[in-house]
Amino acid sequence: MEYEINTFDKLLSICKEKNKKIYEIMQEKEAFDFETSVENVREKVYKNILAMKSAIKNGIKSKEKSYSGLCGDDCNKLVERYKNKKAIFGSIFENIIKYSIATMEENLRMNKIVACPTAGSCGIVPAVIVGLSEAIDLDKEEEINALITAGTIGYIVSSKVSMAGAVAGCQAECGVASMMAASAASQIMGANEEQIIQAAALAIKNLLGLTCDPVGGLVEIPCVKRNAFFAVHAITAAELALADIYSKIPPDEVVDAMVQTGQLMSPLLKETSKGGLAYTKSGICISKEIVGKYANGS
Amino acid sequence: MKQRSLFDIISPIMTGPSSSHTAGALRLGLLAKNIYNMPVKKVKFILYNSFAQTGLGHGTDKALIAGLFGFRVDSENIKNIFTLPQIKNVEYEYEFIQNPDRHPNSVDFIIDGELSMKISGNSIGAGIVEIIKIDDFDVKISGEYNTLLLFYKDKPGMISKVSSLIQAENINIASLECDRNARGRVASMCICLDSELSANILKEIQNINDVYYVRNIKKLED
Repeated sequence: MEYEINTFDKLLSICKEKNKKIYEIMQEKEAFDFETSVENVREKVYKNILAMKSAIKNGIKSKEKSYSGLCGDDCNKLVERYKNKKAIFGSIFENIIKYSIATMEENLRMNKIVACPTAGSCGIVPAVIVGLSEAIDLDKEEEINALITAGTIGYIVSSKVSMAGAVAGCQAECGVASMMAASAASQIMGANEEQIIQAAALAIKNLLGLTCDPVGGLVEIPCVKRNAFFAVHAITAAELALADIYSKIPPDEVVDAMVQTGQLMSPLLKETSKGGLAYTKSGICISKEIVGKYANGS
Repeated sequence: MKQRSLFDIISPIMTGPSSSHTAGALRLGLLAKNIYNMPVKKVKFILYNSFAQTGLGHGTDKALIAGLFGFRVDSENIKNIFTLPQIKNVEYEYEFIQNPDRHPNSVDFIIDGELSMKISGNSIGAGIVEIIKIDDFDVKISGEYNTLLLFYKDKPGMISKVSSLIQAENINIASLECDRNARGRVASMCICLDSELSANILKEIQNINDVYYVRNIKKLED
């Protein structure tokens, strides 16, 4: 079907009018726009899920460091810890933080990941979807429904702002990924369409102003750990929305606030590595060491 | 503008760590490969600004050469590209330069083989790229469309000759840009097409009098 969905309001009204789920509207739209079938769209989505799962599987097993040597062995530390200890919130929580870091570490090792929406935020959506899927034994179709729902949220936000730290800070990377993961978690837990959109709004609403200040310009510090934080953040958003605790500021306006906040943020805090963590004494020091390492060709 | 897709958000499946510095760099390499379209014997990559500063940490150097030799954005070979047989006999070097007049993520490919060619491009974010210059000519090739690139003698009637051949095949032209090198009296034409040209039409375009060079630059896959 031909649908124009640039706002959450529009999406909700289409869902109500057609009495369909968000993922149903989006898969029909994608099939129409690209002259293909809904089955093909869903298969392509599933390919991405399989790639996410294999990144997690490979990441869990590895402790290989990145080229810079800064990161790469954090997931292994979690794996070791949970061998004989339980996480405070139990095994789902354990897996979600483990999977997000596993994926991000695969990314910095130059292995295969799914940009979702970006490479620097590639751990959040997979951790939530795969973590929940394993916990409650989802089938393939339900996993696909969850990822299409997540993608729809990103699709709407990207009509207002580019998914790039250089444009709107980390709000537009880990922030949007957290919105997407919140909506996917809600879809998995049986939320209605309004709850799904509210979960996304609550997630972004509570991380406005998130800076993009990578040390040495690399997708490592603070990106790797940040993915774990905002995967968990997404679950909080989903839980609130599932209890019908809604954002008093409507979702579309929350996104407008995110876009405006991004515009107001200093360029020093938007992927230039000239502010924030990147510009601390230690951040500068690490950055210089990396440059020195390159110069020596080691 | 390109039709937006669900898969702009949940793709590509790619080799990390950066969509602009790794996937984008590789796509620039792929476009340079399609533009040069001959065996590469020697290549020098000049990386500018952020590409120069953080490129090694993002594998930009590896991704550029991997693209130039046709590897995909999700190839597991990018990481170990320098050890692969495909590039064993190629001479390659890298130069890192700061130049505020260039885009933050910018690169020149200086390619030698049967011909020498300099190709410049930018990685403008989220894996989206543009080739902006070939030798002295301004071009605009993003890989979002099948693109016909021509170098020809600057004289009246060339655009209509080319476009009527394209029209004869009932292919829609999405955009057309020309540039001209006053000294050499050589002009360039960049035509974005909604579908792919047949080999026949390409040959006919090549056979137009005073057309020096024709390339059919294929749209980049995801």
